[in-house]
Amino acid sequence: MSQNSGTPLNILVLVKHVPDVQFERHLSAPENRLDRADSVLSELDEYAIEAALALAESRGGDKAGNTVTTLTMGPSAAVNAVKKSLQMGATSGVHICDPALAGSDAVTTSMVLAAAVQSLGGFDIVLTGMASTDAETSLVPASLAERLGLAMLTNLSTLELAPGSTTITGVREAEEGAQSLEAPLPVLISVTDQANEPRYPNFRGILGAKKKKIVTLTLEELGLDAAAVGAEGSATRVVSAQARPPRSGGEIITDSGSAGIALVDFLTDAKLL
Amino acid sequence: MSNILVYIHAPAPVPTKSQRELLALAASLGEVHAVLGGPADPIALEALTSAGANGFYTAAGGIDPAALLSPAVCLLTAAVRESAATAVLLPNSIEGREIAARAAVRLDSGVITDAIEVDAELLVTKSVLAGSYTVKAQVTRGPALITLKPNSVQLPAHETASAAAAPVRELELGDNAPAARITGTRPRTSSGRPALAEARFVVAGGRGVDGDFSAVEDLADALGAAVGASRAATDAGWIDHSAQVGQTGTTVSPQLYISAGISGAIQQKAGMQSAKTIIAINKDPDAPVFEIADLGIVGDLTQVLPQAAAEIRRRKA
Ligand SMILES: Cc1cc2nc3c(=O)[nH]c(=O)nc-3n(C[C@H](O)[C@H](O)[C@H](O)COP(=O)(O)OP(=O)(O)OC[C@H]3O[C@@H](n4cnc5c(N)ncnc54)[C@H](O)[C@@H]3O)c2cc1C
Ligand SMILES: Nc1ncnc2c1ncn2[C@@H]1O[C@H](COP(=O)(O)O)[C@@H](O)[C@H]1O
Repeated sequence: MSQNSGTPLNILVLVKHVPDVQFERHLSAPENRLDRADSVLSELDEYAIEAALALAESRGGDKAGNTVTTLTMGPSAAVNAVKKSLQMGATSGVHICDPALAGSDAVTTSMVLAAAVQSLGGFDIVLTGMASTDAETSLVPASLAERLGLAMLTNLSTLELAPGSTTITGVREAEEGAQSLEAPLPVLISVTDQANEPRYPNFRGILGAKKKKIVTLTLEELGLDAAAVGAEGSATRVVSAQARPPRSGGEIITDSGSAGIALVDFLTDAKLL
Repeated sequence: MSNILVYIHAPAPVPTKSQRELLALAASLGEVHAVLGGPADPIALEALTSAGANGFYTAAGGIDPAALLSPAVCLLTAAVRESAATAVLLPNSIEGREIAARAAVRLDSGVITDAIEVDAELLVTKSVLAGSYTVKAQVTRGPALITLKPNSVQLPAHETASAAAAPVRELELGDNAPAARITGTRPRTSSGRPALAEARFVVAGGRGVDGDFSAVEDLADALGAAVGASRAATDAGWIDHSAQVGQTGTTVSPQLYISAGISGAIQQKAGMQSAKTIIAINKDPDAPVFEIADLGIVGDLTQVLPQAAAEIRRRKA
């Protein structure tokens, strides 16, 4: 690599451990919290990991001093989201774990993540998924960038950092059309599932991950007060939750030449025409 | 009476349906001021007034159109402080969520996304986990920042045209956070069809259309519907990504969703199962989409869709 490839990058990727979307998911009484058994790395965070790895590789990878650190906040099992990211190729991981964190909403989560980002220090790029597949708020990336005073490029479907450049460019599908965006480093970026094709961990990656370092952080180590986080510290509260009766399938017909007419009859009966 | 703010991202001479819904909901909760995320001409101000705004907040010196959302966050925060609003309603779009998230940090308050209902006590109803639960949630500290899903509010049958636009207050933006720059926008090519998120009817096609969306589009036009698609169809490049319905596309809650050649994966269902009526056409009788369809047709979409479109046109004639 020539000098033109630029200075090495320190990239932080935020990953979340979430209940597998392929199974039924449950809120449990009395606090209406999500049952977190059968959890996996949030699918949408794989795109953020892939984007980080590709950026680091474009500057010569580990050997050239680029690092990809992954960070999660969650209960003990959440470390598995970090482990998967290490198998994919991340350099090292951080797990914020503290019982007081249970019940934190998105904006409060961003406060804890911001404290961790500040204490770890020195990142050029913070990368996140477009949304977590459990909470699906998309609030964490923007509120985190706001706390850190970073410019934010969210929901990017393409992203580019030219060799030697310190300006990130990308495109997002906004309300008014496809917007071309740019911002100088340091920056926070969230990527959509259009951004890339996440790699699968290969055999070497899985073996190599066992030797990689994962640091665990507690609230105290972050200098945060238990009363400021969790359900108590959050400014939103779920008051009640009701399982929606599963949508029952209706009538099923097999086309024998006139199902198009039957479809229109159905619309007429339902007063939709 | 409490003050409610509504964030209008792009004021236009004819407000969008989503903007009307935001204003109508706000009017049921209190005195309404619209915070304008872009320039508004007198016609736009009159139209927004007719739709429920009792006043407006704009930025002194205007909003830098190339700065990505930061000026809007400053303006909204200033408007909350000025009006002592108890709630701010925003669109559920990328923009609305991002502005809400950033304002919540500045105001030390909470955000609830995906609202489908807000009552007088500001208790918010939303559905979570891809529609498997309905929850009621509340902001417990600071002004309630709420992003509203389209197609959630019943609009008045007719608006009372107002004689004149409501008054406009200009606010100083103060310090701007570092912002990304918008260096270009490629507007969507208009299909002439209703906007997907707001449409009353949607006809969607998946991998089963096998590269040809014309039968889907033709039925959509016979019904006056928007056209949707599965990710398999948009990834294949058969139709623009903006047509994608689902977890990572648009969420729709139309009166009618016709799904053709779509298997019904969880990520697709997440974006359409709150439709009032679902009709599915699939040649595989075991397709999961049939589990949620009010009418399931096991058949070939290339036969069923054109026949239905022709029959609708015949009956309408
Ligand atoms: C992170 C992530 C996010 C995703 N987000 C989304 C999303 O937002 N939206 C989304 O839709 N998907 C999303 N997906 C993809 C999703 O998992 C499915 O792969 C996708 O929905 C499948 O599309 P499909 O039903 O069109 O294709 P398939 O699953 O291949 O189904 C095609 C169907 O067409 C039927 N068929 C074929 N020919 C005919 C014919 N002539 N007439 C009638 N029926 C026919 C077949 O029987 C089959 O059931 C996401 C996936 C991931 C991993
Ligand atoms: N508990 C968490 N730990 C680490 N990252 C998170 C956490 N929650 C959310 N994120 C990040 O923020 C993104 C958006 O999540 P959300 O705002 O919950 O929809 C996710 O894709 C993650 O990258």
